[in-house]
Amino acid sequence: MSNLEQKPLDKVLIICAKGNLEDVYAALVMANGAVMEGIETKLFFTFFGLEGILKKRMDKLHTATVGNPGMRMPGDLPFPTLLGALPFVEAGVSSMMRSEMDKLDMPPPSEFLEMITAGGGEVFACKLAVEMFKLKKEDFSPEVKDIITIGQFYEMATGQNTQIIFT
Amino acid sequence: MAEKTIAGKSIAVTDEGYLTNTSQWSKEIAMEMAKEDGIDLGPKHFEILEYLRKEVAAGESLSIRKVGKSGIADVKELYQLFPGGPLKLSSKYAGIPKPTSCV
Repeated sequence: MSNLEQKPLDKVLIICAKGNLEDVYAALVMANGAVMEGIETKLFFTFFGLEGILKKRMDKLHTATVGNPGMRMPGDLPFPTLLGALPFVEAGVSSMMRSEMDKLDMPPPSEFLEMITAGGGEVFACKLAVEMFKLKKEDFSPEVKDIITIGQFYEMATGQNTQIIFT
Repeated sequence: MAEKTIAGKSIAVTDEGYLTNTSQWSKEIAMEMAKEDGIDLGPKHFEILEYLRKEVAAGESLSIRKVGKSGIADVKELYQLFPGGPLKLSSKYAGIPKPTSCV
């Protein structure tokens, strides 16, 4: 049995249900990393996670400057919640984060999705959430393969070394 | 660490097969390593390998995005050239250390 435990992953299904910059990136980095390891990869966006594949907004994602205790000012100073509530602060902080990520060769989501599908990864949107937000297929990145139900999602989760990851 | 005989030469490699001394690299070694994985290296492969060696020698860190923008092959072509490991396999055949980037 010990041999079995050492077997590498064959397939991962990654679910992104939140639309914050860092939540979408967590899913994108994990999906791209899996594709680069030769792991079959399915990426599923639902609820606010749909922000990450919406043509109009995917490259302008924000991080929360209110209610985010992990947020620090440059120089490791605390980030007062009230400051985060001021106009343009969230936009400014988010654009700073995006530029820092670009320096680390983390592409904007539109390009990240292209990289994932270039390696054979597949990207899906959740039917229920798409209907709830009254969206259409053409609102999404062309890299989105299909709008599917949760049942279809589980049907993809076949095979012994398959993992489902909810970010 | 291990010694492995590749293309008739004894080469120092890591447990995962990456060369520990990049100066021991040669095209023949690259060919033989790739052959073990079922890949036949052609001119395009070698262009990538030379690019990777040059970048690493210059102290640059590698990412698939960067290699995809090198002008030699885009990301999709990289996956076709090195199936199942565009950065890992190419780094191995280029005789450079295993990539440490997450992208």
